Amino acid sequence: MYSEKVIDHFNNPRNVGDLADANGVGQVGNAKCGDIMKISLRVEGDVIQDIKFKTFGCGAAVATSSMVTEMVKGKTVQEALAVTNKAVAEALGGLPGEKLHCSNLAADAVHAALNDYAEKKGN
Amino acid sequence: MYNLNDNLQENSKRAENNPQEKYSGMGQAGQGGQTGQRDQGGRRVYMDNSATTPQDYRVTEAMTAFMTETYGNPSSIHQFGRVARTAVEKARGQAAELIGATPAEIVFLSGGTEANNLAIQGVANARANKGRHLITTAVEHHAVLDVMTQLSKKGFELTVLPVDSEGLVNLADVQAAFRPDTILISVMHANNEIGSIQPIAEIGTLARERGVLFHVDAVQSLSKLPISVIDMNIDLLSVSGHKIYGPKGVGALYIRKGVKILPMAYGGGQERNIRPGTENVAGIVGFGEACRLAAEGLGGVFAIERLRDKLLNGIVESIPDVIVNGPLGDLRLCNNVNVCIKFIEGESLLLSLDMQGIAASSGSACTSGSLDPSHVLMAIGLPHEIAHGSLRLTLGKQTTEEDVDYVLEKLPPIVERLRAMSPLCDCEASQL
Repeated sequence: MYSEKVIDHFNNPRNVGDLADANGVGQVGNAKCGDIMKISLRVEGDVIQDIKFKTFGCGAAVATSSMVTEMVKGKTVQEALAVTNKAVAEALGGLPGEKLHCSNLAADAVHAALNDYAEKKGN
Repeated sequence: MYNLNDNLQENSKRAENNPQEKYSGMGQAGQGGQTGQRDQGGRRVYMDNSATTPQDYRVTEAMTAFMTETYGNPSSIHQFGRVARTAVEKARGQAAELIGATPAEIVFLSGGTEANNLAIQGVANARANKGRHLITTAVEHHAVLDVMTQLSKKGFELTVLPVDSEGLVNLADVQAAFRPDTILISVMHANNEIGSIQPIAEIGTLARERGVLFHVDAVQSLSKLPISVIDMNIDLLSVSGHKIYGPKGVGALYIRKGVKILPMAYGGGQERNIRPGTENVAGIVGFGEACRLAAEGLGGVFAIERLRDKLLNGIVESIPDVIVNGPLGDLRLCNNVNVCIKFIEGESLLLSLDMQGIAASSGSACTSGSLDPSHVLMAIGLPHEIAHGSLRLTLGKQTTEEDVDYVLEKLPPIVERLRAMSPLCDCEASQL
C-alpha cells in the first residue's frame, strides 16, 4: 500500500526532534483525527537554515513530515511557501488515496511555522 | 498430483518434529515466503489469529481429495454424488457436535458475514408481521451492526445496547430493551477486538421467556469457549471456518429446529432451501474437520491463556502509559490482547512491528477504513486520541513461548522510537 520511499522515510525519518533555537514553530492537525504535525525551524537571512519535526500519526503522516523537512531545508521562505502538500506526496512517489486528505498536512505545518516566524519578526 | 501427496506427507512428517509447523502445514511459507519484500529473513510471528488462523494441516489433508479425484455434486444420485453427499453430512455432524446441536439444524454457507446476514435478515423477513423491533449491542461486528442499520432504514426499529468500560452488556439493560413487538436480539459471544465475553446464557433465558429469537455471533468464540445451543437457549448461531484453523469461504448457521427464517437467495433447494447453491464440498469437509479438531482441542485453551497473560502482563510492565482494553480474567477471550499505547498511533505501530516480522492489528482510524477509530473502542468510552493508539495481538494454538518473548523484546523499543517522534509525548502528556 505504501511506496518504498514512504517506507524509507518512515523507517529512517530525517530531521526528527525539536529545534532548540527555533524562531518559527507551527503545529497542524489534532489528536482526534489521529494526526498532529509539529515543525520547528530557524530562518536566517530569509533562508531555512535548520528544521525539525515531530509527528503523531500513521506511516504517511511520518513520511510526509520527514520528506517536507528535506524539501525545504536550505530553501528561501518564498520557495518553502510554494511547496504544497501535493508536491510532498508526489516526492514520496504518491500516497494511497485515503491518505491524501487526512495524513498529508506536512507542507501546511511548514507554512504554519513560517507564519509564526513572520509574526515574530513583524513584532 | 503425486507431487502434492508427497508434499503433504512430508509436511506431516516434518510437523511431528516441529510444533510451529504442526498446525499450519505452512512450513516454507511460514519462514519467510509470504510477504516478501520487507522480510529480511528474520523471525516471523503471527499475532493476528482473530483476523484469520493458519489452516491446520489435518484440515488440508481432509480437503485434498475433494479438490482432486472426488469431485461429485452432492445432489447427484450416482456414486460420485453419493460420496460427496456422505462427506458433507459427516461434516454437518462434526459441526453440530461442537455446539451441541443436531445435524439437521446446521446450514452451511460462505462464512460469518453471510451467517449473520442470513440470520438477521431471515428472521426479520419471516417475522415482520409479528413485530418490527430488533435489539443488538454497540460492539457487534459490522456484519451484524450494518445489517441492523439497513433494516432500520426499511421500517424496523432498532435498540443498540450500550456496553460498560470493559465492553460488557448489562443484563438490566437487556431486560429493559425488550418490547412486546421485539422479534430478535443479536449479541456476540466474544468480541473480536477486545475479547469481552458476553453473558450469553443469561440473555438466552431472558429472550426465551419472552418468545424473542436469540441470535449469537460466535465466530470468535468457537473453539475457544464451550458452546451449547441448548443450555444457552440460542435460536441462531453464526460460525466461520477460517477462525478455527479451517478454510476461508465456509461457515455455518445453526437454526434451531422449528425456527422459521426466509432465505436471501432462491435456487436448487440445497441446504433445506435456506441456502441454495451447489455445496462447497471441499470447504465444508475442511470446516467439519476443523470442528472435530476444535472439539478435541478445547482443553488446549489454557495453554493459550497462559501465553496471553504473559504477553499482556509483559507489555504492561515494560511500557509506561498503557491502557488494557477489555476485561481481565475469565471474561476475556483466551487469545486476546488489546492495549492502547498512549501518544502513538496504531498504524505506525503496525508498520514498525511488521518490519520486525510481527503481524498485529489496530483499531485506529487508519486501519478501520474510516476517519474514526473502531466503534468498539468508542463504545467502551475511550477518547479518540487514545483509541488511535490501539494494538491488538491475538494468539493461536501455534503460538509459542518464543513468539511471546520475541514480541516482548521488540515492542518496547518500537514504542520508544515512535514516542520520541510524537509531539503528544512532551507537550500534552499531562493532559492525556
